[in-house]
Amino acid sequence: MLTNLVVLVVAFSYLALLFIIAAWGDRRAEQGRSVVNSPTIYALSIAVYCTAWTFYGSVGRAATTGLSFLLIYLGPTLAMLCGWLVLRKMIRIAQSQRITSIADFISARYGKSGGLGMLVALIAVVAIMPYIALQLKAITVSYGILTEYPNQRPPALSLSAFWDDKAFWVALVLAVFIILFGTRHLDASERHEGMVTAIAFESLVKLCAFIAVGIFACFILYPGPGALLERAGSILPDAGLHFGLDQIPGGPLGWFGTLILATLAFITLPRQFQVLVVENVNEHHLRRACWLFPLYLLLINLFVIPIALAGLAGSGTGEPDNFVLTLPLSAGLQWLPLLVFIGGLSAATSMMIVETIALSTMVSNQLVMPLLLRWRRLHLDRSRDLSGWLLGIRRIAIILILILGYLYHALIGEAYSLVTIGLVSFAAAAQFAPSLLLGLYWRGASRNGAAAGLLAGILVWAWTLLIPGFALSGWMSTDFIEHGPFGWSLLRPYALFGLENWDIYTHSLFWSMLANISLLVGVSLFSRQSHLEQTQAALFTNALRPEAEQAAIWQGQANRYELFGLLSRYLGRSATLRLFDGQTPALDDDSPAPPALIAKAQQELTGALGSATARILINSVVRGEALDLASILSILDTTSQTLEYNRRLEQKSAELERIGHELRSANERLLELDRLKDEFVAMVSHELRTPLTSIRAFAEILSDADEMPADQQQHFLQIIVRESERLSRLIEEILDLARLESGRMTLHPQPCDLTELCRQAVDGVTQLFQQRAITFTLQLPDTPCPLMADPDRLLQVLINLLDNASKFANADQPEVLLSLQPGKRRFRVNVEDNGPGILAQEREKVFEKFHQTEQQADSGSHNRPRGTGLGLPISRGIINHLGGRLWVDEPQHLAGACLALELPVARDEQQDKAVDQLSS
Amino acid sequence: MMKQALSGRLIALTVLALVLFSPPLLLLFDRPAAWNFSTLPVVIYLVWAALIMLAALILERSDAD
Repeated sequence: MLTNLVVLVVAFSYLALLFIIAAWGDRRAEQGRSVVNSPTIYALSIAVYCTAWTFYGSVGRAATTGLSFLLIYLGPTLAMLCGWLVLRKMIRIAQSQRITSIADFISARYGKSGGLGMLVALIAVVAIMPYIALQLKAITVSYGILTEYPNQRPPALSLSAFWDDKAFWVALVLAVFIILFGTRHLDASERHEGMVTAIAFESLVKLCAFIAVGIFACFILYPGPGALLERAGSILPDAGLHFGLDQIPGGPLGWFGTLILATLAFITLPRQFQVLVVENVNEHHLRRACWLFPLYLLLINLFVIPIALAGLAGSGTGEPDNFVLTLPLSAGLQWLPLLVFIGGLSAATSMMIVETIALSTMVSNQLVMPLLLRWRRLHLDRSRDLSGWLLGIRRIAIILILILGYLYHALIGEAYSLVTIGLVSFAAAAQFAPSLLLGLYWRGASRNGAAAGLLAGILVWAWTLLIPGFALSGWMSTDFIEHGPFGWSLLRPYALFGLENWDIYTHSLFWSMLANISLLVGVSLFSRQSHLEQTQAALFTNALRPEAEQAAIWQGQANRYELFGLLSRYLGRSATLRLFDGQTPALDDDSPAPPALIAKAQQELTGALGSATARILINSVVRGEALDLASILSILDTTSQTLEYNRRLEQKSAELERIGHELRSANERLLELDRLKDEFVAMVSHELRTPLTSIRAFAEILSDADEMPADQQQHFLQIIVRESERLSRLIEEILDLARLESGRMTLHPQPCDLTELCRQAVDGVTQLFQQRAITFTLQLPDTPCPLMADPDRLLQVLINLLDNASKFANADQPEVLLSLQPGKRRFRVNVEDNGPGILAQEREKVFEKFHQTEQQADSGSHNRPRGTGLGLPISRGIINHLGGRLWVDEPQHLAGACLALELPVARDEQQDKAVDQLSS
Repeated sequence: MMKQALSGRLIALTVLALVLFSPPLLLLFDRPAAWNFSTLPVVIYLVWAALIMLAALILERSDAD
């Protein structure tokens, strides 16, 4: 049994510790070594979701309605699983538009509408106030149990004795804390690092406290979870508690409805928006928080069922809601109940701190400031310094919210079952979800639609949850619940339009969401958006696109002095000086402020006052329409940037396609060359084998036959010699060809005379021609034909051509003609015969390696040496090297084949040199 | 490309979680077990832990982008 004094000292020491931690966090932030800059701290701060309702209420729900308590945590798990997509978008928007609360967010999305902001702020205050009262009640009740145990009569509350209620003092201390760490300065980002540090610490405390009780229940009170189960199992299932789905209020449908409700509320509760979006330092922290926070939820829920079982099995006494506390108390422990109390205190205070900051920001920025500014008689718009006003309003709002929460707790708390308040608040906050989430993804959602949807949703919520709740607390007749107002049974709040047997939360969620979403969508489809709305809608829906990083630019004009005056009134002098680079504009300085400065000024004001107010203020100093056209243009600009980007991508891909095509054709060429090479090797070996075979055959005959007529021997030897010659000629030619093709053939060009070369060639073959009885005609010009060439190689080509001609000339009366025609630029040599000629389609093939014309193949049987099929390819290679060309032409004099070659005339100086050399 | 894959995986995981936490499948697990308690709590806690693990794998693995 702990004395009042001990409990009080410990509780207020704990609160003092919070002050120290928050101050430390703030100091670190000022020094630039932020504690908050860590994904783990961020995840822990999100755990502000777990309030006293979680800490005490989960066990109570588990003990009465089985698994339904889990839904409150499975919902946020769902939301966090896709948080990287949805929440990151909200964070990105909030940072670029300096958004400070969910009211500000929705107002900014729908064209910075002041009215919508007010509506959201009002709904939030009405819906959340009871939730704050719930925390205070938890503190009062737990304190009472801790100090009065085993007397568990709930402490009587009355306003006249509020100084006896410890919750009042806790609220007071919290008010001081929040004013100290929540409103120390006006900051465009509205981040409170010290506060977040304290919240993260509190999250750790409540987790440890809860797990400690769980371990106590499982392993100390009972020897192990098995024993606990066995003990509970012998009593409970018969009493109807078996943790099945049928125990959930509303059955499977109720399960699903509550799951969705928790998912939506997790994102839209003002305090969750505050920690998730506004207090986020770095969007990358979200990545880890997306699984770390669900893990936190899992851990804090791990022992709920064991504690409930242990309590029901007889160890706890009194209300199931208090099992967490009564379980260790009944075992006679001293310090564990104190730890539990501190855990519950931390759960309650962390929720109250964040919620109050979020609400007070909304109240001051969305409700009070816009009204004050419009109230002309105050002449606030002319006042010198408004930053003090702003902070003052916010501080008053904090105190008022906490006082209202306390009054609610003290006056209504006992009458109205606070346990249900949690879900009622959830259902109200969920009304923000359609305009928030649809607004993030659907550009068409309009201000009128959002306002209509919100109003309708909140009215349905009030009718189906809030008012019947009050009625059931005994404040008014409950007739209308059973029979409907004025006897209209269709309007019964728990069975609207005859939809009966649903649990009240799913029922309310269904009807309110139906009204909310259908009005939002319907009205949006049939109303026209203003320019500003369109701009904001585009900025919000495109927030995750990389090109969206630009702010609306002001087109109007304002002079620097006026702008300075405006800013210093709201932000204070030092913050304004920072914005103006430390220079105070002179009174007569009417130089225009650059658009970027005006945009920056608006951002800063938005951070301090909310977007709607900031817009009104900026409009008051900016002359000329502060055009939204400019921002529309900037959006157009990003669109055209995207187009340009696309165009460049297309170009790139076309280029890649072209390169790919080239590569493919190069590959095909390589494959063809490879095939040709294989063919060439096969042919060469075939060609080499033929003469070798005959040489070997005749040599064997000669060696085997001892007695052979001498002339036959002679004949065979001649064949061997001839074939050997052919073999060596073949090898020579193959080598030539290889040199030609690899480009290693070295020619030695020197001045020479083509006429002379022709003569030499003819001399070379005279003997052969006489043997074959060929009639040979030679047509040479009288003048020398000077050119630069390798004489040996050129001679080789000429002889080869003459030799070929002699082979293919008519067998009976062979005729061959060689003519040389000098030209201005080129000399032309024709070698003709009177043979069968070359078919037009064969004319290029004769230059292929190892090509043998059919006639030649036929005539191979005659007494003519067969060619190797390499002469012409080699000749063409040589002529090409010398800069000329060799081809099959139409015969000019004789009727057979005509091989023509052209070689360039030596250039002048070369010609002179050649002539000189020749003449000398 | 990476971002697309990450979003796809996260959306799939969310849908999977929603399906696993919704009645038709839950009804399958709602069977009486020891001392007539339902198996449902155990199944839900296990599924919950598995989903968190999957989310951690997906989110932490793609740290590069």
